[in-house]
Amino acid sequence: MELLVSGAAGNIPRSRWLLAHAAAVFAFLYLPIAILILYSFNGQGVGGFPPHQLTFDWYRILLNDGPIWDSVLNSLKVAFAAMAISLMLGIPAALALDRAQFPGKALFRRLVLLPLILPGIITGLSLLMLFNVMGVKLSLMTIMLGHGTALISVATTEVFAGLQKLDRAQEEASLDLGANYWQTFWRVTVPNLKLPIIGAALLIFTLSMDEIAVSFFLIGRDNTLPLEIWGRLRRGITPEINAVSTIIFMFSLLTIVVWYRLRLRAEGGIDIGGELAEDSSTSTVSS
Amino acid sequence: MFSRAYKTVVTVPPLLWVTVFLLVPYLLMFCYSFWSVSPEQAIVHSWNLANYHELFQKTVYWQTLLRSMWIAVRVMLFSLLLGYPLAYFLSFYAGKRKDLLYQMVIIPLWVSYLVRAYAWKTILGSDGVLNTLLQYVHLTRHPLDFLLYSPFAVVLTLTHIYTPFAFLPIYAALEHIPRNLVEASHDLGASPAQTFWKVIFPLSIPGVVAGATFAFVLSLGDFLAPLLLGGPSGIMISNIVVSLFGAAYNWPLGAAISLGMLVIVVSLLFLSERLEKKWSFS
Repeated sequence: MELLVSGAAGNIPRSRWLLAHAAAVFAFLYLPIAILILYSFNGQGVGGFPPHQLTFDWYRILLNDGPIWDSVLNSLKVAFAAMAISLMLGIPAALALDRAQFPGKALFRRLVLLPLILPGIITGLSLLMLFNVMGVKLSLMTIMLGHGTALISVATTEVFAGLQKLDRAQEEASLDLGANYWQTFWRVTVPNLKLPIIGAALLIFTLSMDEIAVSFFLIGRDNTLPLEIWGRLRRGITPEINAVSTIIFMFSLLTIVVWYRLRLRAEGGIDIGGELAEDSSTSTVSS
Repeated sequence: MFSRAYKTVVTVPPLLWVTVFLLVPYLLMFCYSFWSVSPEQAIVHSWNLANYHELFQKTVYWQTLLRSMWIAVRVMLFSLLLGYPLAYFLSFYAGKRKDLLYQMVIIPLWVSYLVRAYAWKTILGSDGVLNTLLQYVHLTRHPLDFLLYSPFAVVLTLTHIYTPFAFLPIYAALEHIPRNLVEASHDLGASPAQTFWKVIFPLSIPGVVAGATFAFVLSLGDFLAPLLLGGPSGIMISNIVVSLFGAAYNWPLGAAISLGMLVIVVSLLFLSERLEKKWSFS
């Protein structure tokens, strides 16, 4: 294909043009991130060119900033709870969509996937009204329920895609050999879905850590990290925010690398979020 | 091979959960939109159309909705203009570096949405990176003030955020095009441009539709970028909803607007689903 394309007449300028475009898009995507990181070391504050007085002061201030670390802890709690909720419901939901017929299946599938494509404000507000009517006080718990519910979509898509590739003969054999459904699920189904499940878990975790639109409406007294940052942005900005963002970014990058390694060792088929990209295209929301 | 009990166990819990935490809340939003607020700031559970009446009467809601849609349309177009050629390049020209470059498109998605919006704020501000750079190299003498707190800033930031979203389904669609179709087109004497417009592009339309829908819908409902970078002229419809649920305390009216948004979004999803089906070749 490569040869064929570049062999065609007049095609080299075309690929050069595409290369230049790609470089420009990458610059556009990475420029703000680069600036964000650079200015986390800038003694003079977040603006101003050229940056000077490079310093680690903002990181030192960050290290001693109690409220930020409290909010990081809250975000971690929320992310783990969201991960647990959405996996505990998303895996059975994927099994149900793959294997069971029930009335309202089409609607169920649409509903599960809806929070993925719906603006966060709609998910957040509708849950706010629910909690209000039920008389539930807003707290980290309500954010956990919100994230958990919205991210079932991620667990379901990733696991459903894994199920499509799964060879059912193994489960059949397990059942024929006398294992019950519970044993078969834990010893055959789950091990075969290890990669999609880990992928979904990582994705849910990071999406929850970053989520702000839903949390914005469900927040009680305790801030998550994005909401803590949001509050500070409204009061005026310092490179301390760049510093905390840089640390979180490095952490995410590390997660991706670990995941990539894991995946390469296992096979090389699935990429994180890739199933989402393909399956959450609107046609799956409805098919 | 799966027993009735197995099917019940995997079906009922998610079904119940989704009913309680997704279906019921959407229905509640619908109910709320017909209720009202008493002068004592209590929700009155009597049914009437007053909220909808107000929505249709006051031009501010229409103007803001139209402005939001115009912002969302621009974000959609720019995301496609940036995302499509990039996806095409990766899928057909990147060779061995394809996987790496693909990951590089994904990585910015791992930087929090809020942080990226904030980064643009520090770039575009009147004493931000861009303005001080322009003055440093003596291109301008005074800070350009249209950069921040304007619809421009919102469109730029949302385009930055949603370009990878537009890219992903387009790339997936391009990757699914059987390469022998492209080869056949070449072998039969089509020029690269003809092959692109007659074979590749039509087959990628479902991806384009999905990417466009993502970019449009997600930016239509955004309220954080406008709050952070939009200024008074960059207010979007969700900002009105946020204030109605906050300081202005009129949940029913806010619910009516949200429901309007929900209807627009869901209709668009249906429309794009039909378009995707129409253009899919398998």
